[in-house]
Amino acid sequence: MKSAYLRIRGLSKRFGDLVVLDAIDLDIPLDSHTTVIGKSGIGKSVLLKCLSGLLTADAGEVSLDGAQGKFPQCSYMFQQNALFDSQTVWENVALPLREKERISKKDLAQRVTALVEQLELENAVDKYPAEISGGMKKRVALARALITNPEIILFDEPTTGLDPERKFAVFDMIRSYRERFGFTVIMVSHDVPEVFGITDQVAWLDAGKIKYWGSPEDLKQSPPSELEGFLNPKLSSQSSAA
Amino acid sequence: MIGRIGSKGISFVSELGELTLFSASSLSSLLKGRHMMEKLVRAIYEIGVRCIPITLIVGLFTGLVLGLQLYYVLTKFSSESLLGQAVALSIIMEIGPVFTAIMIVGQAGSALSAEIGIQRNAEQIDALKTMQIDPLGFLVSPRLYAALICFPILTAFFDIVGILGGHLTGVSMLGVDEGAYWNRIYESVSLRNVRDGFIKSLAFGLITTAICAFQGYFTHTKASVPGARGVSQTTTRAVVLSSIAILSTDYLLTSFLLEK
Repeated sequence: MKSAYLRIRGLSKRFGDLVVLDAIDLDIPLDSHTTVIGKSGIGKSVLLKCLSGLLTADAGEVSLDGAQGKFPQCSYMFQQNALFDSQTVWENVALPLREKERISKKDLAQRVTALVEQLELENAVDKYPAEISGGMKKRVALARALITNPEIILFDEPTTGLDPERKFAVFDMIRSYRERFGFTVIMVSHDVPEVFGITDQVAWLDAGKIKYWGSPEDLKQSPPSELEGFLNPKLSSQSSAA
Repeated sequence: MIGRIGSKGISFVSELGELTLFSASSLSSLLKGRHMMEKLVRAIYEIGVRCIPITLIVGLFTGLVLGLQLYYVLTKFSSESLLGQAVALSIIMEIGPVFTAIMIVGQAGSALSAEIGIQRNAEQIDALKTMQIDPLGFLVSPRLYAALICFPILTAFFDIVGILGGHLTGVSMLGVDEGAYWNRIYESVSLRNVRDGFIKSLAFGLITTAICAFQGYFTHTKASVPGARGVSQTTTRAVVLSSIAILSTDYLLTSFLLEK
């Protein structure tokens, strides 16, 4: 049986005369990890914001195909985490539940405690975001995204500004928590080829269009000629290092 | 030149429309949010309790100066016994609501604008949207209602301390008869005067809080530069526009209320 997927049809977005997304068609399978790659400033984050509803697309639609029921619940992980800096880690994680669900204090405490323990944040619950490390902030943001049990999490360049070691740590965190919690990942990144190690599908966005869609293995073995310019410097340096 | 004036005029009217919609949406968001009482209490603390000292200090010195100035004017007409009436009516109808509003804008309004502006820049407002939490209900609505509660109460504090300040100068220092001071106030200040002052303070509370929140909320589109300088720009603009709004609304309301 074919698995469910997000069907994106004719998604367009422009800012003034600048066409950022030009009638994009894309089918994103659920229960998998999809990464949208492309040059900086090409519109990857705009695509993610259109999917999350933060930006309203000028045209096109996003629907759920192959599955019954309502549109899956999405959470969003921002580049800079977007944590509330005047609230403690505990309050940040509890925020979506407190504000959206009718839940008793006891149940709220249980759910938040369980999640902070799973994400190894129990020693930081009383601290403010400014008092914890960058990696912990990412985990707090992930905990906040996970607390409502979303089916899809949208990651907007989660490794921006991180050194290679921390970059791999963040990718490893996403992979391991996806395996543990079973959510769908739609991620935007320009970290190629590093991101190929954790993603199931790659979509290459260029000049407002999705110009490649497939597995990272296929992409590495036979990259389309248009993509070689974008991939080759990094792929060649990787092969020479190997 | 005419084109520029026209375009400024259109942009002013358009911004006024946006501000009205923003205020209406924020006011109606109160019932949609959760834990609103808790947020309202926190906002009352920020806008009301924290502004009590500055309101009392400014109220006292305003009363002191008013007592002094009016005494020297009234002695020219040998009417210093009217000092109580002059101080009380000036403060209750005009100076109390206006000065209190300007003081609250300086302390709480600027803080509100900067806080929301920083939250906008840090993508916290976008984060609320992705969590399906209404940012207006979460950030703005409790502050608007808190302002409607706090502005009249702080104005009442200002009025009382101001009248006492006038008493301190006029009666204790310059020798105006104490009985005449209080009796003139008792005879001349009507409930309508007090009500008019409170109507003004309610209007100032709503308008200035909406302006400050609006400037912070749209700091990314209103400021000419992004980041910290943008927040500083919109915070300054929030205070300046609020002060202008207080004085212009005061003129309109005074014309309207005195005619009735």
